[in-house]
Amino acid sequence: MSKVEAFRAHHFTDLDQQHAASWIGMWVFLATEVMFFGGMFACYTVYRFWYAEAFASASNHLDVWLGAINTVVLIGSSFTMALAVYNAETGRRKPLIHFLLLTIVLGLVFLGIKFYEYHTKFEEHLVPGSSFQYEGPLARQAEIFFSLYFAMTGMHAVHMIIGIGLLAALVFKARRGRFSALYHTPVELTGLYWHFVDIVWIFLFPLLYLLGRHL
Amino acid sequence: MNLGFPLFPEQASTMAPRVDALFYFLVAVTSFFVALIFVTIVFFAVKYRRRGENERPAPIEGNFWLEVIWSVIPLGLTMIMFVWGAVIYFDMYNPPDDALEISIVGRQWMWKAQHPEGQSEINELHVPLGQSVKLTMTSEDVIHDFFLPAFRVKQDVLPGRYTTLWFEATKAGEYPLYCAEYCGTQHSGMIGRIVVLEPAEFQKWLSGGATGMSMADLGESLFQRFGCHTCHRGAGTPQGPALTGLFGKTVKLEGGATAIVDEDYIRESIIDPRAKIVAGYQPIMPTFKGLISEEGLLQLIAYIKSLSMPERAQSKK
Amino acid sequence: MSLPEIEHREHYLNINYGIRSWLLTTDHKRIAWLYLLSVTFFFFIGGLFATFVRLELMTPQGDLVQAETYNKLFTMHGVTMVFFFLIPGIPAVLGNFLVPMMIGARDLAFPRLNLASWYIFILGGAFTLTAAAAGGVDTGWTFYTPYSSIYSNTHVALTVVGVFITGFSSILTGLNFIVTIHKMRAPGLTWFRLPLFIWAHYATSIIFILGTPVIAITLVLVGLERIFRLGIFDPALGGDPVLFQHLFWFYSHPAVYIMVLPAMGVVSELIACFSRKRIFGYTVVAFASLAIAVIGFLVWGHHMFVSGQSVHAGMIFSFLSFLVAIPSAIKVFNWTATLYKGSVSYDAPMLYALGFIGLFTIGGLTGLFLATLGIDVHVHDTYFVVAHFHYIMVGGSVMGYLGGIHFWWPKMTGRTYPEGWARLAALIIFIGFHLTFFPQFVLGYIGMPRRYHVYPPEFQVLNVMSTAGASILAVGYLLPLVYLIWSLRYGTVAGANPWGARGLEWQTPSPPPTTNFDTPPVVTEGAYAYEKDPEEIYTVRKPAHV
Repeated sequence: MSKVEAFRAHHFTDLDQQHAASWIGMWVFLATEVMFFGGMFACYTVYRFWYAEAFASASNHLDVWLGAINTVVLIGSSFTMALAVYNAETGRRKPLIHFLLLTIVLGLVFLGIKFYEYHTKFEEHLVPGSSFQYEGPLARQAEIFFSLYFAMTGMHAVHMIIGIGLLAALVFKARRGRFSALYHTPVELTGLYWHFVDIVWIFLFPLLYLLGRHL
Repeated sequence: MNLGFPLFPEQASTMAPRVDALFYFLVAVTSFFVALIFVTIVFFAVKYRRRGENERPAPIEGNFWLEVIWSVIPLGLTMIMFVWGAVIYFDMYNPPDDALEISIVGRQWMWKAQHPEGQSEINELHVPLGQSVKLTMTSEDVIHDFFLPAFRVKQDVLPGRYTTLWFEATKAGEYPLYCAEYCGTQHSGMIGRIVVLEPAEFQKWLSGGATGMSMADLGESLFQRFGCHTCHRGAGTPQGPALTGLFGKTVKLEGGATAIVDEDYIRESIIDPRAKIVAGYQPIMPTFKGLISEEGLLQLIAYIKSLSMPERAQSKK
Repeated sequence: MSLPEIEHREHYLNINYGIRSWLLTTDHKRIAWLYLLSVTFFFFIGGLFATFVRLELMTPQGDLVQAETYNKLFTMHGVTMVFFFLIPGIPAVLGNFLVPMMIGARDLAFPRLNLASWYIFILGGAFTLTAAAAGGVDTGWTFYTPYSSIYSNTHVALTVVGVFITGFSSILTGLNFIVTIHKMRAPGLTWFRLPLFIWAHYATSIIFILGTPVIAITLVLVGLERIFRLGIFDPALGGDPVLFQHLFWFYSHPAVYIMVLPAMGVVSELIACFSRKRIFGYTVVAFASLAIAVIGFLVWGHHMFVSGQSVHAGMIFSFLSFLVAIPSAIKVFNWTATLYKGSVSYDAPMLYALGFIGLFTIGGLTGLFLATLGIDVHVHDTYFVVAHFHYIMVGGSVMGYLGGIHFWWPKMTGRTYPEGWARLAALIIFIGFHLTFFPQFVLGYIGMPRRYHVYPPEFQVLNVMSTAGASILAVGYLLPLVYLIWSLRYGTVAGANPWGARGLEWQTPSPPPTTNFDTPPVVTEGAYAYEKDPEEIYTVRKPAHV
């Protein structure tokens, strides 16, 4: 039991209390993230309602296939993350590390596709600002769509980058044998965070890519 | 009583006594409760002051009925305040139908007013006594606010939109106008005055500075100059709907929704023609954004309004 | 006696010396001191800005500074005071120090996050001070668009980045408090045995968690609009500047409850201790804190009655705003009732608490004027509003903060402050405060708008009164700065419980050991059991050498 006690921080009375505190802490943090993204979703809702035609037109300029691939990639990464947590819970070090690495790879694939999309938008002059060009009288409202597109997917990407950083830290710790069936809280908490980032994308994809979509 | 400073602004509109009456009510309620709390605290603090180091007062948990009483009574009083205030607010936002309509354009850091007869003023507004006046306002840049303390009214003035404010002056004289939404460096310099004149004086003032062209006239010349009449003429053309009798009506749009033809709708249709397209028409109207000033837009609106009320347009001349 | 007597015993201040032991500490008590020094610094910076504002306003003309400078002064005053003093204020100083102690814990749930929150606070402050030094920002602390996003020529982006960063400090503090209160209470300490200070901080933490992220993202969008010309609030693109106001006030209204709820928590502790009685209606007061936090999220539109928002929205927000006033009123009545048949003493903390009740009552009641639609149209954006919120924030929060600092000073430092000077300072503050801010109610109703650099001459007399009051207030604030620092060296040594209070924090020595309690206390009674001896309530084994 003393090996486990080593994981207990001095201010907690027992491991159960520490674990429960960590769980509540992560859920409270995710609540703040919901409010954070919620602000942008609120902006989106207002403008989508007002400028439906412009939003639908602008949405058609996004590459729905790349977006769909990214959605599958991210859902896949949540699956590999869940497997990583499972292996942490059952104390299997090697599979844990493998699934963490797989999750990182899938995350990087997502980011790669995302940055490629940004690059094409830049070339198509669809980045809001002085170089923005859009055909037709809906141009200004379309610019608002793209402002929201970049703000929301950009903020999402920032969260993914942070998540990948956390996963990398977990890989280092796992390799040093830090996690076991008795103590793997950081893996669980990172799993929660990763799933949250995934869910945000699952909302972003249809709202940004699938408006008035003529496939 | 001359204190060297005023305690209340003048009451110069029909709304002012109503607002002040409600204000006095709140002052009375507030003073009562402040006095009650202050006196009770001082009384208890003195009466129950500590008389020995070892005093051990008996514990008192609370009292259910006291809690009910001092929840319900404040609730009741606040509901009176709410309803009274809401009624006044509702009236503030419902101008009478026969109000004299004047346009206001605010910009950093000045106010421009334009009367329907065509007179413009800068940082001043002449209005007749005893006649309700409705201001239709917009900003050319940031958010401003048109504040008339003597009339107890104010309204934010927004870019890209119209807001309205109405009043009926009850006392002749000059009253301050302030900008009451921080708008940059000269915010505190964006002040002016309202001049309330007896009706006869007001007519004299109107004809004194008349250019001969009313707002509707100016709007009509813009209508010709920008070619609006090529599509919007007579009973309408396949290209554009008729504008006669249109103002104030409800129109059906492509896609099934409806819209009321008000000032905002007309402004939007000129600046952003594809935003709301009337059912049965093609989206071919060009945009005039950047080509017509806010004053020009208000003049066009006045013209289009006059097409719905021909007798009114005549009487203003 | 002087220092040596305290040095004999090991406690959280002398266990380690050196700058590293402070800058790398995870002890919540030391982190509270880090915050205390920081927020005090920002308080006086904000006060300096206010001094220039009030000096300029002594005359109707703009003869002290230019218009652009004046606009920067009132903006920086607001930004500094709101984000760097009032919001962190009581929670980060007194909350950090006391929450673990009051519930019998050894530290907060996440001590390293606690330290991180202080560094984040400092980083945000550094950005904002840099913006100030580089020329300042002139948008008003409310950053309304499109002035802030497009038209202002000042350091908006730098300032909003600073405020954005500091917001995370709030979020982490709130997160820490919620988890700690849920999970780390001593055995026997059920929810309804908690001190009302804890209830107040719990309610505040809910607002920290749910509100702060919204202003974070709002400021990000303003920053992006300035830097990259994204046009989310730009009316030329069809963006809606009123949307910014909705997003801004969705946080900033609950934020004012962040500022006042902790002060109310302090006041509950003070009233109980200095009447030697439980707070009358304890359960009602506890629920009232939660009610204020929840309803507080539903009233933001009362800042926007003349913004162009719909009349119906105005009515709904007005109605809800009256509702949120009721729990505050209930608290005031309950505090007053606590004095009944109590044993009331007039120590400085009690003077601050009573001052709070008086000033908060006035401030809160003037809020009703603003909730009343018909009146708000007239007084919105005038000095009436300025007077109202200063009554609550200065007359309320600052009084609560000072009362709490004085009350727990012996616990935090092992020293007592000079009582005579403290009472004098409380009185000076009370008088100076009224003279500064009451005339502003009159100024507002007679029509002086806020944020005005120059004004018509008929407003001068009231402005001069206000400035005179401010100078008295300044003296009142400088006094505690002097005598509290003095007391660190020359104050009488304090025992564990100089006030004879109940509460777990008083069952430890002053200053407490680093781990607060050598063994976790077991609680068998509710808070404020003043009719019993402490020994009957707690089974805390005191260290042998005290």
